[in-house]
Amino acid sequence: MRQIAIALLAGGLFGAGLTYSGMVDPARVQGFLDLFGNWDPTLAFVMGGAMIPMAIAWAVQRRMKAPLADAHFTLPGTTQLDAKLAIGGLLFGIGWGISGLCPGPAVVGLVLNPWPALIFVAAMVAGMAVERFAVK
Amino acid sequence: MILLSFPDAMPVEGLIGGLMIGVAAAVMLLGLGRIAGVSGLAARAIGLAGSGPPRGLAMAFIIGLPLGALLVTLFFGPVESRFADNWVTLIIGGLLVGFGTRLGSGCTSGHGVCGMSRLSRRSIIATSLFMTAGFATVAFMRIAGLL
Repeated sequence: MRQIAIALLAGGLFGAGLTYSGMVDPARVQGFLDLFGNWDPTLAFVMGGAMIPMAIAWAVQRRMKAPLADAHFTLPGTTQLDAKLAIGGLLFGIGWGISGLCPGPAVVGLVLNPWPALIFVAAMVAGMAVERFAVK
Repeated sequence: MILLSFPDAMPVEGLIGGLMIGVAAAVMLLGLGRIAGVSGLAARAIGLAGSGPPRGLAMAFIIGLPLGALLVTLFFGPVESRFADNWVTLIIGGLLVGFGTRLGSGCTSGHGVCGMSRLSRRSIIATSLFMTAGFATVAFMRIAGLL
């Protein structure tokens, strides 16, 4: 129960940050990617801002034996660079550029601008399902 | 605050919102020992990930996203949410974002925020690639007259 509450709190704060920073506006995000148009640097400030608490958190994490509300850390341990990482990153970037959307803002969009967000999220889920069942 | 060269930019709101996102990711890391990666958590929440945190946790985080957004609109008024106005763009974009983030094991949050701040080599490469692909895609759309 305590874990659920922490996850809900983290998700809520994450969604609030996305919203306050303007990152839930796909046109603004696309504006960041539009170097040859009316460039909007806001996303760089958001990324920079998010890095500060996380850099501190990683430093703290290295001194902790276990997280505060679980028995152990469950963190990605893969260090191998492979084609999946590269191709996945590139395809995601193309979709991100086309739409101005990545997964977090897309989910938030379901309450801010439901109809287009629903179409996008349905397609995103379909894309995830294709990866799950077609890629081995 | 207004950046003179970029009248539409929101540097202060961006920085504050970014700090909130970073603190949220820190809560996931130090509280639950997990990466706050939205693509992975979303896939886990809907049963499309073979591994990951308990589904209840993933669902709680994902449900929290729109709830937090609604709180912000409650306190600060409506926010802009300008989606592409044609469904072809939305569907192609959604398919690529869903497929790509799962194949590449992460998105802007998992690789971008959490992995880059951890100095993970995989995340730095993934972030460089999706950023480059994003810039190139929008540049192409501008040349092709799609923007």
